[in-house]
Amino acid sequence: MGILIDENTRVVVQGITGREAASFTEWMLDYGTKVVAGVTPGKEGMKVHGVPVYNTVKAAVENHDANTSVVSVPPRFTKDAVMEAIDAGIELVSVFTERVPRSDVIEMIQFAKDHGARIIGPNSLGSIVPGKAKLAAIGGPTEETNKAYTPGPVAVLSRSGGMMTETCSLMSVNGIGQSVAINVGGDPIIGSMFHELLPLLEKDPETRAVVIYGEPGTVAEETLADYIKEHGFSKPVVAFIGGGFVDKMPGQRFGHAAVIVTGKKGSVEGKKEALRDAGVLVADYHSEIITLLKEVLKMK
Amino acid sequence: MGVFVKVEVNPEKCKEAEKLVEICPVDIFAVKDGKVVVVEENEDECTFCNLCVQYCPEGVKYTKLY
Amino acid sequence: MRLYEYESKMLLEKYGIPLPKRILVKTPEEAAKAVEELGGKAVIKAQVLTGGRGKAGGIKIANSPEEAKKLTEEILKMKINDFPVVAVLVEELLNIDKELFLACTYDEVAKQRIMLISDAGGVDINEVVEKDPSRVYREWFNPFYGMMAFKAKKMADFLKLPKDADRALQSVIMRLYNLAVDYDTTLAEINPLVLTKDGKIVAADAHIEIEDDAMYRQQQRLEGMGIHDRPSTPREPTEFEKLAEENDMSDHRGVAGRAIDFGGSLGCIIGAGGGSLTTFDAILRYGGNPANYCEVGGNPPVKKVYGLAKLVLSKPGVKGLLVCHNVYSNSRVDLVARGVIKAMLDLGINPAEYPVVYRGAGAFEEDGYAILRKYGVRYYDRRLGMDQAAKLAVEMLKLIEEKEKEGKSLEEAQKEVAQYIKTEEFVKKVLGEEVAKKVLEGL
Repeated sequence: MGILIDENTRVVVQGITGREAASFTEWMLDYGTKVVAGVTPGKEGMKVHGVPVYNTVKAAVENHDANTSVVSVPPRFTKDAVMEAIDAGIELVSVFTERVPRSDVIEMIQFAKDHGARIIGPNSLGSIVPGKAKLAAIGGPTEETNKAYTPGPVAVLSRSGGMMTETCSLMSVNGIGQSVAINVGGDPIIGSMFHELLPLLEKDPETRAVVIYGEPGTVAEETLADYIKEHGFSKPVVAFIGGGFVDKMPGQRFGHAAVIVTGKKGSVEGKKEALRDAGVLVADYHSEIITLLKEVLKMK
Repeated sequence: MGVFVKVEVNPEKCKEAEKLVEICPVDIFAVKDGKVVVVEENEDECTFCNLCVQYCPEGVKYTKLY
Repeated sequence: MRLYEYESKMLLEKYGIPLPKRILVKTPEEAAKAVEELGGKAVIKAQVLTGGRGKAGGIKIANSPEEAKKLTEEILKMKINDFPVVAVLVEELLNIDKELFLACTYDEVAKQRIMLISDAGGVDINEVVEKDPSRVYREWFNPFYGMMAFKAKKMADFLKLPKDADRALQSVIMRLYNLAVDYDTTLAEINPLVLTKDGKIVAADAHIEIEDDAMYRQQQRLEGMGIHDRPSTPREPTEFEKLAEENDMSDHRGVAGRAIDFGGSLGCIIGAGGGSLTTFDAILRYGGNPANYCEVGGNPPVKKVYGLAKLVLSKPGVKGLLVCHNVYSNSRVDLVARGVIKAMLDLGINPAEYPVVYRGAGAFEEDGYAILRKYGVRYYDRRLGMDQAAKLAVEMLKLIEEKEKEGKSLEEAQKEVAQYIKTEEFVKKVLGEEVAKKVLEGL
């Protein structure tokens, strides 16, 4: 069984008739992911790349046993779409939509928590278990996906979708494949932060190391460091944080709000320090990820 | 003319000019005096989506200039 | 979007939170008149979209209308952290007993709204949080339950104020929470919240930020109050940044912009979001001198890449170019290459003789490489790391500048370096034998 998804995952795409969703549905199908249904209110009966469209998630679940949803609807409808999916019994919701207001995001996350469901995103390009299945747009068409993502022992968690593909591509050309790659989402508040995914990776026998791609702002990386210190983690973790130059930009200040809540500044240097302090191997240059991985995986 | 892509259209073989204008996502076709013509400044936007050729296989041709 | 103090106070007033008497003015004369109206003495406060006003001298007490006039004249000329002072708020002096702190914001880790209260108001609250966290009380809110009276009671009780003041404080807490929810604020902060000597609770200062992504449902009523959407950057954009922005806005598809002027000699066409950050970091870490930051992503049309490349290449001081993008899944290598090459041709630059480090991979890479080959540009594919591409570009610029120092013209230097950087020797020198072999094989 892969992490989060595998070849038996049954996906419903909410907003399937949209431009973006229609193309990534085709890519998912082509990659071998079971996209069993789509939802667009008012378009029941239509088909998108052979996938039947329904008005409600309930109908998609009843008719096709969907257990995972990819949500790609406009920001103002996203909260309701996510809650509809969870209400219909969906266990994993990957939210592709970006620019969803935070007050909507906290509501959908609370709803998921209350119903025992998991949310990835919002603003997530998707997730992939190479060779088995993928959610949403990650990697693009199959040919491109296969160049970047290959099966292997390293789990990759990234706040940037584009840099996740870049990172995995660099790993793949160096002979290091991935057990899973999850774009956790670029927004300040997301359903699954790094530290919340760590227990899945700890349990997974195929994962031998973890790569983290972080960015300036929020305290996602600091929280991960705290988590590792407190709970321990048995596998080596390699991290890279992009955007260090932003620390030094004149006039740049990281959300005062985040500082008053956590006492942490969200600066790249602060993140690196916290991660190092928790025993994480921090790469200063992106390609150093490879050097560090080769060391921890004892490759030549 | 485009630097990277040359698009040629034969208005005699593509009678429904408006359709071609509608179908191209990067606005390479326009209608002039009731006939379809190529908008040269947009030729380099061509993404090889092939929709124009599917619509009018006899009358449209594009060539990569590299 | 950050609101000015006077705008933040308009919102507090709407929610019935007690405020000092105040008059917004835009000229020294108006300030003098306002002070007279307020009884001959008042606080003069700079209206500016940044913190640290007090320390910068943007808050002064005027003891007479004449003094108010003089102070206002000075304050209106000020820039604080590069932000201009747009107006002055003339405010009644309060008889302060205690200065408190109250704020509502989001906790990204708990994924809920959080309210914070402290008796350490009137100072930099960040320092308090860092040094004496026990002086700050926190309360979290389940979005489906929202504010409940007992939560306000618990928060107020932390400060142990006299009974009447405690009640007034509870009311302010509940009202601030409602405001935060109704207006999609990412921050609603009252610092200081003053307990006056006669036992009243008054919001002496306020700082509200409204979430940009929620503006679609907030803009209309904010406009109705005279609060207009605004950019959050203090610095006036440079000519280059303005033109880049115009170019990016010329078409809604994709991004080829978000340019920041850095004034150096290495022109950058980099992307996408995270890729730009990663590449730019590496340029700076390797001691490079970039002309600009920018982002290219989301599959922009050729003409937008062309427009951006033209701006970068013709930017004064630019001597060489780095084109570097993370592996594309939706943007196309060939379309970016078309834009860059076309810009060169239009500027009369022979791509084969111009110093450029070009790294691109992903969708339609074969077409992209074919174009670059035709025009004599050495390119690299996904085997070259983005930071390694940055290192090559930084070294390329150093070589050009060395040759200039030797007395060669820029054009000669560029031509010579453009040829040299295509050699295996250069790549080996910069990246080492092993890496060079790997990234060059088969190119």
